[in-house]
Amino acid sequence: MRKAIVLVLALLALATVPYWIGNGYYVNIASQILIWAILALGLNVLVGHAGLVSLGHAGLFGVAAYAAAWLVAGGWGHLPAALVALAMIIATSAVFAVLALRATGIGFLMITLALGQILWGVAYRWIGLTGGDNGINVPSRPAPFGISLTFSTPFYYFTLAVFLLAVVAMAVFVRSPFGASLKGTRDQPRRMTALGYNVWLIRFLAFLFSGFWSGVAGLLFCYYNQFVSPNVLALGSSAEALLMVISGGSGTLLGPIAGAALVVVMKNVASAYIERWNFLLGAIFVAIVIFMPEGLVPGTVRLWRWAWSGLRGGRAAALLRAGDGTVR
Amino acid sequence: MSLWLLLAVNSVTLGGLLFLLSAGFSLIFGLMRIPNLTHGSFFMLGAYLGTSFLALGLNLWLAALASAAAMAMIGGGIERLLLRRLAGQELAQVLVTLGLSFMIADLCLMEWGGDPISVDTPAGLRGAVPILSIVFPTYRLVIVIIAVVVAAALWVMLDRTRLGAMIRAGVDDAPMARITGIRVSRLFTIVFCLGAALAGFAGVMGGPILSVYPGLDADMLPLALIVVILGGTGSLPGALLGSFIIGFLYNFGQALFPELAYIILFLPMLLILVVRPQGLFGRHAP
Repeated sequence: MRKAIVLVLALLALATVPYWIGNGYYVNIASQILIWAILALGLNVLVGHAGLVSLGHAGLFGVAAYAAAWLVAGGWGHLPAALVALAMIIATSAVFAVLALRATGIGFLMITLALGQILWGVAYRWIGLTGGDNGINVPSRPAPFGISLTFSTPFYYFTLAVFLLAVVAMAVFVRSPFGASLKGTRDQPRRMTALGYNVWLIRFLAFLFSGFWSGVAGLLFCYYNQFVSPNVLALGSSAEALLMVISGGSGTLLGPIAGAALVVVMKNVASAYIERWNFLLGAIFVAIVIFMPEGLVPGTVRLWRWAWSGLRGGRAAALLRAGDGTVR
Repeated sequence: MSLWLLLAVNSVTLGGLLFLLSAGFSLIFGLMRIPNLTHGSFFMLGAYLGTSFLALGLNLWLAALASAAAMAMIGGGIERLLLRRLAGQELAQVLVTLGLSFMIADLCLMEWGGDPISVDTPAGLRGAVPILSIVFPTYRLVIVIIAVVVAAALWVMLDRTRLGAMIRAGVDDAPMARITGIRVSRLFTIVFCLGAALAGFAGVMGGPILSVYPGLDADMLPLALIVVILGGTGSLPGALLGSFIIGFLYNFGQALFPELAYIILFLPMLLILVVRPQGLFGRHAP
């Protein structure tokens, strides 16, 4: 019951953002947070639920953005361009997955890094195809059902709709038997094999799912900026996406969203006041990995529960200390 | 000089620089099992420190040595203060090195600004030396010679000394080395200092050729990564061979297929990771 109330309140808050924020600049930042949150949610499928840390997701994000931008700039309609871009992202994810899933752990991280760098190299250097450093301009934003998305508020609602779809998809995914088997391959791959599960196939499908949502975020990003450049695919972007997942708390639903909000606010708002936000970003990254490896959201929940039960007296606190502090 | 010869000379030079950078990277990777993603930052920070030492009036050699010493201290500090806290958690260690690379890049931008800094070639080394029928620019030749000398010194250290034997034992099987009484954690610090020092030294030596600019770290780190994946982690001959292969691939790729240069660079790494994950000379898959 309490959960339902929180959910309704959160939805209300999200739906009324343009009214209580007012300023178009901040509405745009809210849209950015949602776009990056979708990427972080997609990456979280691999990092949090499959235990596979990818440093190449900016490449997948970028492929979708570039494909849509290239087609729209070439005179295609928005809908067919988006569909082709999504088909391309599935195909690219499949190639990524086949190559990267030959390893796990550090090996997986390095193969995805190499693949991401290859895509970055294509975007940066294959000037005939991608325009190189000049990037590609997208002449217009799409107008689904005849509603123009040119201004910040309609675009925010469009992004919010896609974001909610992503959140629901993630929630369903995590609760599904498939999500459970994916976590099984993370924790006990050999046992899962012994039980008759095809570990490789489970990871492969999870990679496709993760890549798909990264591509959706890339599409939104392309519409938001109406411009793509190789920067989007650089290692720094992949690292930022990973930072969002890990800082918020990998393997949770709320964590990557909070992480995306943290990073985007840092980048856009804090950079207006502090010149060295990149340094701060790196410092936060290091501090979180060392002091709060489970991420901000689970970490804060743990501290809050601990303080709360401390206030109410010993028994609950003792239970928590005994290892019953399951973080949800 | 024909284009081909020029390309070959540049390739050999880059190969030498890459070896200085990736020898330490390879040893760290082999021993600690992590790709040190700050290694490109060590190269860049070393190069920037070198420009400051040069501005103080030191000559290039002293600046390179001073910068190497400073990087050794910084690298050792990072290992002792940060990575040591996460012993055994390879993934967390990689992420810390990634975060540190952000921080170092921003610090360099703050301290030395965004404009590229060019470094003069030392006065005595500006000419060219004829070798057989090739006219080899002297400074580039010196870099290759230094790389060969460092390779020989590292080989002697690894193959002929007690410390080298301990490092080899650690690379082969760290838990077993611990059981025989080798303090592997101390080796971690030593190797990290050595790798950082070599990277800083290479940064200063590369200054007259590459100049020093923001983003140098992101340019060099992937190259070191490819070299080590190609050659095999923890293997000195692997790093040497890989450096020269990548030196050639990079220069010829840039000249012949500029649009596909990065694909040409990363494809061999990908093939190796997929087909022979332990690399050409390595003993473990990463």
